[in-house]
Amino acid sequence: MKHRAGRARQEGDAGALPLEKLLGMYRGMVKIRQFEEKAKELFQQALIRGGVHFYIGQEAVAVGACAALREDDYITSNHRGHGHCIAKGGRLDLMMAELMGKATGYCKGKGGSMHIADLDRGILGANGLVGGSMPIAAGAALSAKLRGTGQVTVSFFGDGGANIGAFHESLNFAAIWKLPVVYVCENNLYAISTCAAEATAVENIADRAAGYNIPGVIVDGQDILAVYDAVSQAVQRARRGEGPSLLEAKTYRFEGHFTGDPGVGYRTKEEVEAWRQRDPIAKFRDDLTATAGVDEAQLKAIWDEAAQELEAAVAFAKASPEPADEELLTDIYA
Amino acid sequence: MAQMAYRDALNQALREEMARDPRVFLMGEEVGLYEGAYKVSKGLLQEFGPKRVIDTPIAEAGFTGVGIGAAMVGLRPVIEMMTFNFAILALDQIVNHAAKISYMSGGQYRVPIVIRGPGGAAFQLAAQHSQSMESYFCHVPGLKVVMPATPADAKGLLKSAIRDDGPVIFIESEVLYGFRGEVDEEEHLIPLGVAEVKRPGEDVTIVAWSKTLHLALEAAEALEQEGVSCEVVDPRTLRPLDKETILNSVRKTNRVVVLEEGARFSGVGAELASLISEEVFDLLDAPVYRVPGIDVPMPYARNLERAKIPTKERVIEAVHHVLYRQ
Repeated sequence: MKHRAGRARQEGDAGALPLEKLLGMYRGMVKIRQFEEKAKELFQQALIRGGVHFYIGQEAVAVGACAALREDDYITSNHRGHGHCIAKGGRLDLMMAELMGKATGYCKGKGGSMHIADLDRGILGANGLVGGSMPIAAGAALSAKLRGTGQVTVSFFGDGGANIGAFHESLNFAAIWKLPVVYVCENNLYAISTCAAEATAVENIADRAAGYNIPGVIVDGQDILAVYDAVSQAVQRARRGEGPSLLEAKTYRFEGHFTGDPGVGYRTKEEVEAWRQRDPIAKFRDDLTATAGVDEAQLKAIWDEAAQELEAAVAFAKASPEPADEELLTDIYA
Repeated sequence: MAQMAYRDALNQALREEMARDPRVFLMGEEVGLYEGAYKVSKGLLQEFGPKRVIDTPIAEAGFTGVGIGAAMVGLRPVIEMMTFNFAILALDQIVNHAAKISYMSGGQYRVPIVIRGPGGAAFQLAAQHSQSMESYFCHVPGLKVVMPATPADAKGLLKSAIRDDGPVIFIESEVLYGFRGEVDEEEHLIPLGVAEVKRPGEDVTIVAWSKTLHLALEAAEALEQEGVSCEVVDPRTLRPLDKETILNSVRKTNRVVVLEEGARFSGVGAELASLISEEVFDLLDAPVYRVPGIDVPMPYARNLERAKIPTKERVIEAVHHVLYRQ
């Protein structure tokens, strides 16, 4: 059942989608990149604490996937969740306030980086347990199916998550019940320092789809249009009631695993540099200017707007109060 | 009122709540065609169909997580654990997800899920199938833990658990499934977190839940013959705990014995002993005395199994102990 995602349009041809949609996707990637760079800076200033896992380098996956979704569709995320949240429409100010542990944050400062959730946008939550959100995604899909809403769930996880039992149980449930869910594996080659090739006996995570009799699709995770196409096909299939798919986006995190990991030692400088040359934002920028008639000034304007939004988000977060002491005791029981 | 077995009371609660609320569904191993390993879901597949009574593969972490996801977005699942021993496989989903999602999301998401099934020892099922799991779950903020001892409590508490907007761990007992008692066949709800004095008395309080309640009642009956009046308090819900009903009983009797089938160390009984010591120490005429399970895995042999768990004789001895009688 596995196949490489074929693109309907020619390589680098961004012209098949409406310009507004394309620019929106570009804006999404830029927002993630800027947000993560800023979060890194704020972490160094100790304004953000805890464990923060940056999404830099993988932006095409979250944005490409979420661009294929309806507003009322669901996503589940993992520990590296900022990109997924922004791609699904999450607000930078509420995210930044959450990262700074402020009362105005998405979770009143009680969740932090690894637990950001947004009920209104179908973001069921980032998740600190590898594989933990995979059965939850199947459950959201089961709910949508039983309620007959036509909603689809996308579950983001990594190559590390592909090796935990929840992966198998979730894909099996999704397959036997034909649930409207798309499992998107972001294979960034390393689970912390453990190389996927050493932790996984198959060459591709997508090869495992055969074990569930569902489509397994490999896609270039640095190419947002390829991701968009592959996820669109899987989402349409899910919405038609034909069941789940397993997508594997081959990608790379440019940074270390988290704030405390420089990302070297287990990766060569050459390897990191080679992947940095495949920056998904730079690639999309080239696609847009080459084939969609977008000029540099438009792209710069998007970059600048995003920077302003981010600046306002940081100011909002900094000015926000810490949660009141009483918040310690709320939201535990319904 | 009607006489019915504990399992039929649970079945009635499920049937009533599924009829009342289309969001409620039952999911687990063998719950549909097979009608549950202990026949608690008898007739439900026929009545509500396969969308509301869902058989699953053997995958406790998976179907618990599926239930959590469904609960987060509009449904109210009841998950059956064939036995609570198998909930250990689902602890990540229960502890890290069901219990914490409301808090971690700042109250945006609720997880109205009931996880139910039998716990504790039954009939020589040995170490992996006889565990009392309540202390595991009681230690987790965000969970409610319910352990009914009678058919009436089973019905009334399960209905309330299903209507609760958060996760509820609902531990039944294999040896009680056939136990019969009076049950209100009309709408019968018992609020979570409310204890009941199952037998009033004057001299000693015995706190006991689930099947050890019946041990306490038998012991109290025997002690009555020798002139000792025991008050038996059933917390029914261990978390949240109805502290006042327990403390009020101790204030009256000044002596207390706590029964628990689970192992002694870090058991629920330790929490009760601490509570009583902190709140009414000056009123105690004897230290709180516990009758817990012995700190060993459950053995298979009949005599050893009996030696591991509380018995009526041990309860009677304990009451004598707090009365300073030989």
